[in-house]
Amino acid sequence: MKHSLSTKVTNFVRNLYYPIVAIVASLLLGSLVIIATSTTSPIDAYRSLFVGAFGGLRQFDETLLKAIPFIFTALSFAMAKRCGIINLGAEGQFAIGALMGTIVGVSFPNLPLYLHLPLTLIAGFLGGALFGLIPAVLKVQFGASELITTIMLNYIAKELISYFVNGPIMDSASSSYPQSAPIPETARLGRLIPGMRVHWGLVLALLAVLFYYVYLWKTKGGYELRVVGLNPHAGSYAGMNIKRSIIRSMIFAGGFAGLGGCIEIIAVQGRLMMTSFAVSYGFTGIAVALLGSNNPVGIVVAGLLFGGLQNGALKMQAMTTASSSVVLVVQALVILFVAGRLMFRLRTGRYLKQRTLAIPPVAMDERGEQR
Amino acid sequence: MSEMNQEVSVNEVKEDRVAGKEILRMVNVSKHFAQVVANKDVNLTVVEGEVHALLGENGAGKSTLMNVLYGLYAPSAGEVYYKGEKVEIHSPGQAINLGIGMVHQHFMLIPALSAIENVVLGYEGNGTVLDLKAAAKTFSDMSKQYGMAIDPWMRVEQLSVGQQQRLEILKALYRDAELLILDEPTAVLTPQEVENLFDIIRQLTKEGKTIIFISHKLNEIMTICDRCTVLRNGRVAAEGLPVKDIKNANQLAELMVGQTVNLKTDKSVAKPGEVVLQVKNVSALNDRKLQALNDVSFEIRAGEILGVAGVDGNGQSELVKVLTGLIPASEGQVRISGVDCINKSPKQILEHGVSHIPEDRQKMGMIAAMNLRENICLMEYDRMPYSGKGGLLRWSWIDEHSRELCSKYQVRTPGVQELAGNLSGGNQQKLVVGRELDREPKLLIAVHPSRGLDIGATKYIQSRIVEERDRGAAVLLVSTELDEVMDLSDRIIVLYEGEIMGTIEQKDADRNALGLLMAGIKNNEAQAG
Repeated sequence: MKHSLSTKVTNFVRNLYYPIVAIVASLLLGSLVIIATSTTSPIDAYRSLFVGAFGGLRQFDETLLKAIPFIFTALSFAMAKRCGIINLGAEGQFAIGALMGTIVGVSFPNLPLYLHLPLTLIAGFLGGALFGLIPAVLKVQFGASELITTIMLNYIAKELISYFVNGPIMDSASSSYPQSAPIPETARLGRLIPGMRVHWGLVLALLAVLFYYVYLWKTKGGYELRVVGLNPHAGSYAGMNIKRSIIRSMIFAGGFAGLGGCIEIIAVQGRLMMTSFAVSYGFTGIAVALLGSNNPVGIVVAGLLFGGLQNGALKMQAMTTASSSVVLVVQALVILFVAGRLMFRLRTGRYLKQRTLAIPPVAMDERGEQR
Repeated sequence: MSEMNQEVSVNEVKEDRVAGKEILRMVNVSKHFAQVVANKDVNLTVVEGEVHALLGENGAGKSTLMNVLYGLYAPSAGEVYYKGEKVEIHSPGQAINLGIGMVHQHFMLIPALSAIENVVLGYEGNGTVLDLKAAAKTFSDMSKQYGMAIDPWMRVEQLSVGQQQRLEILKALYRDAELLILDEPTAVLTPQEVENLFDIIRQLTKEGKTIIFISHKLNEIMTICDRCTVLRNGRVAAEGLPVKDIKNANQLAELMVGQTVNLKTDKSVAKPGEVVLQVKNVSALNDRKLQALNDVSFEIRAGEILGVAGVDGNGQSELVKVLTGLIPASEGQVRISGVDCINKSPKQILEHGVSHIPEDRQKMGMIAAMNLRENICLMEYDRMPYSGKGGLLRWSWIDEHSRELCSKYQVRTPGVQELAGNLSGGNQQKLVVGRELDREPKLLIAVHPSRGLDIGATKYIQSRIVEERDRGAAVLLVSTELDEVMDLSDRIIVLYEGEIMGTIEQKDADRNALGLLMAGIKNNEAQAG
């Protein structure tokens, strides 16, 4: 038992190692960009970035707010990845979730809140889930690579949004601007604490993370997904239905993203517009999932970090001569470093190999003799 | 630092020249992994032109020692002298430049590339513009010289396992290897291919190459090796023992295991009961859509072991896959306990009390990146007591059950939270075998159950299979190890090109009769000839 506890601790530390290296290295490289593009010293720039993100209750409030959609899209990527699918379509699933949520939100103005709000959230989830189902079916029926189909569906999602806000759900009452009518009060997600901007979406995000954990590690359905993701041959040997597992994982993945999109509209933006997705929520979510190693706690922490970067960037731009785009550079570098960690592994391969080999049966044989 | 080494090595060179024409000397090599000692004060001296066996059970430290030599691990202590000079090998590239080549147990080839492309891959002697034709010419000449003709333009995936191994050897020779390390080279070969390999080894030593032959198969060592170094628990149990001084395999086994061992599996006479598996006129295609099984019929009764012998790739895999529902049969009937099971899903077939020890434990039988308990619940995770109502897995019960199973089937592990991929090959196999036997199957399908295992683990697993038979299970044993099939089976069928060539009772089975059938020559033909 003691052994397994110490392995857990070492595993934990080892899992933290790469993300921290990635963040530190990205900030260091990002400071070169600051030096090259502004008169501010990187230290000042980063200080205002940090203060802007975590410097006080108000700043932290805003960071939490920004983190919520990232947590949902990260869950989307992670859920599919656990089943061996690379879901690059969270962007589109997020948008379709937002669209479906908006449609239900503006279409039933007379429903009471206790019906309207849940219906809206469900519509958001289902919209994303449906959009995740399409690439899953294409994959299991025709072998189409989800890398291609999910990316392509992102464009389709954008065009669909454009069509809807210019036509069927366009707010004809207010102006000719391509946007939906405002979401009525009965479908809006309220603030969590009066006086702060963070809303009930945070609770839903944390519940989604909890579901992700419980489903994957505590239920047989989630176990199937993980087996199929890690070794499909073993999955079919054990009689699992690989195709069904893939479909299930993509329904959840799309659903998470869709729910995130819906919440972003009904809690923050208030109506659907062409510019609703200016922040590329889906792709940032991939970065969050990668940085968090598809681990539930990791996703929350990485989500807060990226929310903080997003939030602090404005403060940095306001207080110094450094451009807020520096943050995009830092985010991109984080992705490169995390995605490139396999490269680190190859180079330090033999040291890692030693660690994994450190429990050969010799150890057990000799334990008695040696001590 | 390097100057100091050179000074030392100059002194050593004189000594070595006096000592003779040794090519490699490893002195007091130790290797620790954290607190674990994998090698302790190991000495190994290899003389030019010999076949030197490195013998030891799984986990005895053979691979670790060779990985130190090949530059994959840095030794914790000790020195390595190559051709009399002290060397510090930091990478395989450096080892290759010195003239050391290694053929790993799992081949390091790229299936989609041609043989010659694999040979020149990473070769430092390539020009800026890759001249594959010239390389192929050199390669072909070389392969003829050593008697291992391989078409350089054939893709690796089209080569048989034996040919792939030859390609690995040629790859090392192409890089001018003089000392070749063969890591368990026979583990994946059929008897015939083993013979071929031995011919190649003889040819290589004739040409002045030196071989380190890693194995735990005693007969092979007695056949092909000149001297033998035995490792036990990371230490040397016997150093440079001339093989001709060894009386019999039992003596070697004792050195290896440290105690007397019985090489034969004890088995009582079978008491067959009712028919459990009935296979009638089954035909099937393989994944390249070629006929792999042709009109195969047999039955197995409760309490008997039916062995399937044959050269690898003669339909054994497809037979097992049809029986377990992993590929469809094109024709025929399969009944398990009287229930029609042809072309049913794997899940439906598993429901009938079928256990399957798959041919490739790492690819199919387990999930290396999952821990032990997650591997143990693989087959029955979806039913009581593994999971309860609402689809929740009952981890506390699975934990307890996993611990019991590990101790019952002698799986050595620090705990059930350990990743299965971190276990040694033998322990992985025990894990798979334990999981399958623990389900108390009515029909046990065991494919190469002891492939790549040492004596202790092999004997253990074989005796568990016999115990299953005695409990009343029908056992289908597929193996390319003739000894194993002959030892364990009550009856033996021989597959050749997807057809059953004949059925032989255990008492009538001998290598010669089976060998003829395996080569596709039927009994009457043999007698006529």
